[in-house]
Amino acid sequence: MNKIANVLSAAFLVVTPFAAQATPDQDLNEFREYFFKKFPDTPKNDFINGVYSIDPASREQWEAFEEFPSYEIYVDKGEELFNKKFANGKGFADCFPNYKKGIRQNYPYFDTNSGKVVTLEGAINKCLTDNGEKAYKWKTGNITYVSAYLAYLSRGNKINVKVPNDAKAMAAYNRGKNHFYAKRGQLNMSCADCHYHYAGSKIRADILSPALGQPSGFPVYRNKWAGDSSKGDGMGTLHRRYGGCNKQVRAKPFNAQSDEYKALEYFHTYMSNGLEVNGPSQRK
Amino acid sequence: MAKSIKLRAKAKDGTATVKALISHPMETGLRKDKKSGQPIPAEFIQEVVCESGGKTVLSAQWGSAISKNPFLSFKFSGAKSGDSIKVSWVDNKGNSDSIDASIK
Amino acid sequence: MNHNRRTLLKGSLAAGAVGAAVSAGLLTPKAVMAAWAKDAFEAKEVNAALTGAMGSADATASDKIKLKAPDIAENGAVVPITVTSNIDGTTSMSILVAENNTPLTSTYDLGPNTEAYISTRVKMGKTSDVIAVVKAGGKLYSTKKEVKVTIGGCGG
Repeated sequence: MNKIANVLSAAFLVVTPFAAQATPDQDLNEFREYFFKKFPDTPKNDFINGVYSIDPASREQWEAFEEFPSYEIYVDKGEELFNKKFANGKGFADCFPNYKKGIRQNYPYFDTNSGKVVTLEGAINKCLTDNGEKAYKWKTGNITYVSAYLAYLSRGNKINVKVPNDAKAMAAYNRGKNHFYAKRGQLNMSCADCHYHYAGSKIRADILSPALGQPSGFPVYRNKWAGDSSKGDGMGTLHRRYGGCNKQVRAKPFNAQSDEYKALEYFHTYMSNGLEVNGPSQRK
Repeated sequence: MAKSIKLRAKAKDGTATVKALISHPMETGLRKDKKSGQPIPAEFIQEVVCESGGKTVLSAQWGSAISKNPFLSFKFSGAKSGDSIKVSWVDNKGNSDSIDASIK
Repeated sequence: MNHNRRTLLKGSLAAGAVGAAVSAGLLTPKAVMAAWAKDAFEAKEVNAALTGAMGSADATASDKIKLKAPDIAENGAVVPITVTSNIDGTTSMSILVAENNTPLTSTYDLGPNTEAYISTRVKMGKTSDVIAVVKAGGKLYSTKKEVKVTIGGCGG
């Protein structure tokens, strides 16, 4: 029964028709204006704080956490890992020479040579494998620590994802855009249903966060993940969350760092261009 | 042992505000591992002590209901920048750690 | 001096977790004073927990104790709690969660120059009163606030 449902949900993608082929910048302006109008009391950059930018009660708790957030423990771990030399004498700094000035804001980017979207996690693991080291697992642990350290150093930098004038880049962007707006799963819901149309509304006891500013705070320390020791220490990547979201509408999740999630991250992050990086962040 | 305590201690107008974030599982001993079904043994900090200038500023006793990666903040007077401060903890398994720092 | 006796005393202090910490130089002897209040922490009723932690369960409600806690906890595993006592001569403070299996979360002995202010994060099993009790001038005073703990919405 389940297998049939999964196949059906995969085939059930309804692509929201768009008038003409909108450019990414047109999409971006429309996206932003929609949220600025929906939440007029939220300062524009504050959307990077997700639910806390639109709900005072949970914001108060979040501010209490920010006094000394748990993710600082993992930023420290990331720093240690980042500075540890590989067996061949090189280190992460060789792959990320500008890391001190902050680099998170440039990811993901489209590599026209390989024809692929490159995410920060992808770049971290490529650095490892290029230097003869073993790649980290994609969703938890070391990858989140190094990503957290790099994000931390990038705080305040404005997100600056680029979609070059390249057919494959546009295809990846559009693939991500389609994923965002397409219905999926047994619950037949799209990312847009919760995080665009119903952003700010309640789903049981949770408030749906706006899609604007969503990726800025990753990797994320989720109290929910931390509370269950079988789920690791609480730190997780964006793709970990994507998988969780897909599962929550009872759709089969894609693999972390799959082309599908990389495309989604590409579109999703582009929609937050101009907002400041604030990773890592603490969330519910 | 790796330092498990992150400490921030600042003095202003003679009062020191101390904030500590400790990396510790604070396991209650009541949970079962979802994969193995085995109970996860209790592992939680039982005592936290803070000293400054050779005197005990705070002596805390904790139970397993203090959250994982525990946070603690307190204040004391008669403090100035440069004063020494020490925070230590001991858990139910006999593990411990401490940090020596200066109030900023 | 009887050397055997001296050795025996040293041995008994070195035994146990706290002793180990002392001999490792991590706790100065003064700080070793309090043994962990096992009975208080394992008590299943608020009164028993309070008696174990603070010597009595007889606390007078006071509006001079400020208890900051969320109305609805974002996550029951990490609820930020801040207790400030404006009662003169506050020497110790305790935080209890009435509906937890074992209500006592923590208890704090304040040094002479230490403010009656504690901020920490506690676990709550379900919606419950959070109770702050302070000892001042040998008497106990308390205040409480109900904190709701909910199940999340996005599938759990």
